[in-house]
Amino acid sequence: MIAEAVFYIFACILIFSSLLVITARNPVHSVLFLILCFFNAAGLFVLLGAEFIGMILAIVYVGAVAVLFLFVVMMLDVDFVGLRKGVMKYVPLGLVVGGLLLAELGFLYFAWAPAEGASLTLAAEPTGLEKSNTHALGSMIYTQYILPFQVSGLVLLVAMIGAITLTLRHRPGVRRQNISKQIKTQPQDAVELVKVETGAGV
Amino acid sequence: MNSGEFLSEYFPILVFIAIAAGISIAMIVGSWISGIRRPDREKLTPYECGFDAFTDARHKFDVRFYLVAILFIIFDLEIAFLFPWAVSLGETGVFAFWSMMVFLGVLTIGFIYEWKKGALDWE
Repeated sequence: MIAEAVFYIFACILIFSSLLVITARNPVHSVLFLILCFFNAAGLFVLLGAEFIGMILAIVYVGAVAVLFLFVVMMLDVDFVGLRKGVMKYVPLGLVVGGLLLAELGFLYFAWAPAEGASLTLAAEPTGLEKSNTHALGSMIYTQYILPFQVSGLVLLVAMIGAITLTLRHRPGVRRQNISKQIKTQPQDAVELVKVETGAGV
Repeated sequence: MNSGEFLSEYFPILVFIAIAAGISIAMIVGSWISGIRRPDREKLTPYECGFDAFTDARHKFDVRFYLVAILFIIFDLEIAFLFPWAVSLGETGVFAFWSMMVFLGVLTIGFIYEWKKGALDWE
């Protein structure tokens, strides 16, 4: 009973805030509504029994990706009012794309059926699981699926190196702090004691 | 564990969410009801030390904030892989342990690279 009520609450907030993502005037508000969407989607995942995906959605998407979106929105300095002027020109194209996606969802809903012998409840609910989601994933990823796991590590490495080579620029003429050089400096290198004769100057 | 039992474990979190939402909504609505609002043009304009505002608040950021955020996402994903590994280590054993060590080693190569490149320094 409570689960159904919570599902409808989460789903309503999700749809409402996703509408606000595309209609909000201020792009920063759009990103904040997107974060609300992510939280509600995480709640729906937990209701489905996919608690690990829900938590990862909260950690990775809310914690990192949404922050990145905020940076992009703030950094690009796009004239959003000017962008909205031509919006009516693109409405037909947008309607076509949206209609295609809706048709695909419709096909999924009407034409999808579970395989022979597999019951629907087994697909949708974590019944018969003795261990938690996270435990079940952990017992598979690192041993049975070791190759995709290691490849994902390499993909992350490539992403890291790619981000650095694309965005890292050192400005010339900036004097950086060199800590080891600072520590190694001896008093006799840094300070010179000069005996000045009276009236002669240095 | 059936699905009802599973969801009942999350019931305290639901109560927390409800209390947090209730308190924050009560604060906003309460101040909205009880506060006196007489806005005029001078009150609504941004205050900038006495002179008129030059520009919009939406300045261009330095691109290195973006780099820091991307590097953070990558290590965030690495942590996401660590959770199931830590939970199931008792049953998957030595092979899973070294498989994770190789994964961490690959990412440590990237970490050393970004450190040596100076991507973590601020000029």
